[in-house]
Amino acid sequence: MRFEVDGAPLEVEPRPGQVLRTLLREQGIHSVKKGCDAGDCGACTVLLDGDPVHSCITPAHRLEGATVTTAAGLGTPEQPHPVQRAFVDAGGYQCGFCTAGFVVTATAIEGDDLPRELKGNLCRCTGYRSIGDAIHGVRNTSAQGLAGDSVAPPAAMRVVTGTEPYTLDATTTGLAHLKVLGSPHAHARIRSISTERALALDGVLAVLTHHDAPSTLFSTGRHQDRTDDPDDTRVLDEVLRFRGQRVAAVIAETVAIAERALQLIDVEYEVLPAVFDPAVAREPGAPLVHGDKGPASRILDPARNTVAEFHGRMGDVDAAVAASAASVSGVWSTARVAHAALETHATRGWLDRDGRLVLRTSSQVPFLVRDEIAHIFELDRDRVRVFTARVGGGFGGKQELLTEDIVTLAVLRTGRAVQYEFTREDEFAIAPGRHPMRVGVTVAADADGRLTALAVDQLMDTGAYGNHGVGVMFHSVHESVAVYRCANKRVDAQSVYTNNPPAGAFRGYGLGQVIFAIESAMDELARKLGIDPFEFRRRNAVVPGDALIVCDPDEEGDLAIASYGLDQCLDLAEQALDRSLTGPDGWRTGEGMALSMIATIAPRGHYADVAIQLLDDGTYLASVGTAEFGNGTTTVHAQLAATALGTTVDRIRIRQSDTDVTRYDTGAFGSAGVVVAGKALHHAALSLRRMIDERGTIPGLRAEGHHDGTPRSVAFNVHAFRVAVQPETGEVRILQSIQAADAGTVLNPEQLRGQVEGGTAQAIGSALYEEVVVRDGEVLTRTFRNYRVPQFADVPITEVLFAQTHDDLGPLGAKSMSEAPYNPVAPALANAIRDALGVRPTELPMSRDRLWRLARDAG
Amino acid sequence: MDLISVEQVRIARDRADLVPGARPLGGGTWLYSEPQPDAVLLDLLGFGWEPVVRTATHLSIAATCTIATLRELPDSPLFRPLADALLASWKVQRRATVGGNIALALPAGPMTALAVGLDAALTLWSADATREIPAAEFVTGVVSTVLRPGEVVRSIEFPLDALAQPAAFRRISLAPLGRTGTLVTGRRTPDGVVLGVTGGTERPHVVTSLEQLDAVDDWYDDPHGSPDWREAMTRRFAAELVAELS
Repeated sequence: MRFEVDGAPLEVEPRPGQVLRTLLREQGIHSVKKGCDAGDCGACTVLLDGDPVHSCITPAHRLEGATVTTAAGLGTPEQPHPVQRAFVDAGGYQCGFCTAGFVVTATAIEGDDLPRELKGNLCRCTGYRSIGDAIHGVRNTSAQGLAGDSVAPPAAMRVVTGTEPYTLDATTTGLAHLKVLGSPHAHARIRSISTERALALDGVLAVLTHHDAPSTLFSTGRHQDRTDDPDDTRVLDEVLRFRGQRVAAVIAETVAIAERALQLIDVEYEVLPAVFDPAVAREPGAPLVHGDKGPASRILDPARNTVAEFHGRMGDVDAAVAASAASVSGVWSTARVAHAALETHATRGWLDRDGRLVLRTSSQVPFLVRDEIAHIFELDRDRVRVFTARVGGGFGGKQELLTEDIVTLAVLRTGRAVQYEFTREDEFAIAPGRHPMRVGVTVAADADGRLTALAVDQLMDTGAYGNHGVGVMFHSVHESVAVYRCANKRVDAQSVYTNNPPAGAFRGYGLGQVIFAIESAMDELARKLGIDPFEFRRRNAVVPGDALIVCDPDEEGDLAIASYGLDQCLDLAEQALDRSLTGPDGWRTGEGMALSMIATIAPRGHYADVAIQLLDDGTYLASVGTAEFGNGTTTVHAQLAATALGTTVDRIRIRQSDTDVTRYDTGAFGSAGVVVAGKALHHAALSLRRMIDERGTIPGLRAEGHHDGTPRSVAFNVHAFRVAVQPETGEVRILQSIQAADAGTVLNPEQLRGQVEGGTAQAIGSALYEEVVVRDGEVLTRTFRNYRVPQFADVPITEVLFAQTHDDLGPLGAKSMSEAPYNPVAPALANAIRDALGVRPTELPMSRDRLWRLARDAG
Repeated sequence: MDLISVEQVRIARDRADLVPGARPLGGGTWLYSEPQPDAVLLDLLGFGWEPVVRTATHLSIAATCTIATLRELPDSPLFRPLADALLASWKVQRRATVGGNIALALPAGPMTALAVGLDAALTLWSADATREIPAAEFVTGVVSTVLRPGEVVRSIEFPLDALAQPAAFRRISLAPLGRTGTLVTGRRTPDGVVLGVTGGTERPHVVTSLEQLDAVDDWYDDPHGSPDWREAMTRRFAAELVAELS
């Protein structure tokens, strides 16, 4: 078959049942991306004879004589298509994995009905405002500038032309493929497993079972200190604790052969009793998920399915409630949510010429992956190299070791280059999601509106494994509780195993779930007291000089209010509310707000080693360890370095996220990319500047920088909404959305706005639409068409306002602002819906059917 | 996605190609979106059917006519909004076929809603037989139809008199442009208002009074809406349509 791609003829014989997307990628045409492989996300959009199509659902056998145009065929970085130029100018992307598809689609848009025209294109990062700007020709960025300017990312032109390589956008000769057989049971033991029939299939290289896996227990959750997470996981285990858990892995010459071989593995299971409700799992007599584990696993109490728990007391909550002028008690719950990064998890591994293991992976934490792979497989760290290309979105989901370990085993076993790529279904069914929580809150206040009691009782389902099940629990009740001054506090939190799929790190790291509950209760208490909710926060939130106390006033720590913009955020959001906005006739209008506080750096150490060098051509090469996954740190790093060196951003080149490039970096999580690695780079650049000033511009001059992630400050966010709700259908329309952010010095206003908008959009998703439905341990929502990631039509414009603050701990006074914007959104929306309906929603997502039922039952 | 089970794609040229065991392929937009068990695909586009044929009594839409083509036809005010009720994008509309959407038999299938709402009949073809069945009786449950092995939808026959009758619809989903939670069509006939219900139920229902909704016992439960909400929305919309069209 002959057809033309991006102006070049292609002669190729498609396989029966093959689609255009895989045909193109097999030919090394990487400007088509796989986001879903099902026609839902649009990342693989190409023009077919001028018509835009999702290439992943376009039958390849119909292509004879066709002309195909991908993003790379529309234009080049040197000569971009006008639409590509517009996406750069507007800043219409973050991670950029969806961008090639958006660009191709945008060239074919005929009208101005963007909700309809962009219906088949998902972006998880931006919140869509900047994409609309690109289509409307709005310019928000510049190619040049220093710290404080809206500079476009260094990769901008490559991203929009589909030429920026992501994890699997490279050609490896002799590549083998790995597929995994998932457990059909939520809890079972493998009685016997036979791989003979699978191995006999032509093209199968190896079949791996628990007999082949190292006995070392580890956690897929990665942290600076590996003992933060329980050692409860094996690469392949004899016991299966959730549906979809690896039973065996096939390595074969093609994906199709590997998939066919999976059906030829004969497994006999002993089905074990399973438990799916954390409230049941923690009771005596419940089936034990990790009853076989000893103290070395660092599980608090395997006999109660309890990974971790926390109990703190300060003062006397019960007495304070009894003596209060008003009190509120309630229970709030949140759903399991998927990260839905457009690039799925994937690793390609091989042995280099020296026999060293190399892993190219979609990870936020390449150094932590390297260290743990070395630990599991008893390799020296210098015999393992881990690196990432540009990562297609993360949101915490790639602070996990989900594909690297099994690829390592496969590479070591076969000696071949091996790739393991998650499908979109894998992302929903087996990748960790956001921890579902049930949070009881009691708050009480005196007649003056002073908070006298704050009690939180948190129960979270960590699923079958404890990755992030400890850290998320402690964090969830930290800044959420510490933001309020209150003499009497009580905090109980418990992280419990079940036979549901594991949960993990998700933007906000547990804070969002508890903030939803506390801010809802605070809103209700303000109502009872007849005090305006903004004013109620002003009276009770921490102020400069306050210690940040959860329950222990004597706690020594490295967290303090080094800068404070909460007062400004409250004022900005309140003043921006337009109270003339109302809904259609018959709809009820409401207004709501909520605040959140978050530490600028994760606790317990976050380290960055960086270097910057003056090159022969007078440009600079910065070497940093942290990864770029749309967070924009690379842009800010270039700005910080250029500002320190008195040069321009185009003279700064950045190598990153490669264990060969720099000594160490804890990784891109806890919003650390700017305040840790960025601060280290700024230091290094200032040092290099001094060296140049002293010795002259001598090529080869090199300076290093280091930051150890302490001490830490706090950042604040306030979100406010006006909404209209139709009680008879449960439909919510957002009339106005405002977020005020205290990010310290704003290093790149357009990028920061994008982070706030993107966080808001993701939070609107989890507040109104998104729910990974799990019944008896089985995930029912396994595709984008059954799991509503917000589309262009679903996300309102958010007015983004910045407090004017300067934080001495951050680079040039900046604070982190990646996770933070997500946290206040759901409670602000719930409070607005409560205001409109007169009855309070307590369950996320606040879907139309739930709100309809709530309004109906309230009469 | 690649369909790894497929060993052969046959291009349909002749009715004799309609043999049991070959999976009919229309636009492919759904077929290639999920793993399939089939070894043989039969590409119906090979028939080269004329997409739109007008007769003295009917508007005949070939099963392989794309949803986008139907969307642009002037024959009914419902064509455009119900084409847009498809969850998938306008890019998919241009490849997905009317017959494919109906034969897929998802409760939310907008072409099923359209055919049921406008009193269409489906012409079914097998290698050696042709039969016709009212659209309302074609879908028997979730992804279940009356099609026999080797049989395909050949065309959708819209009676001109039904197309000429005043018609309206109501639809709701859990998100602004989400998959249909329920879709109710209404059409004024000489005998009163005829309502069509899809999306909210496992199979289509045609009723001529609000009371007949009491007999509906298959309110659908999936991630696109709870059964109680779907029933309530259906009843609300049905009442609105009766009021509007009476």
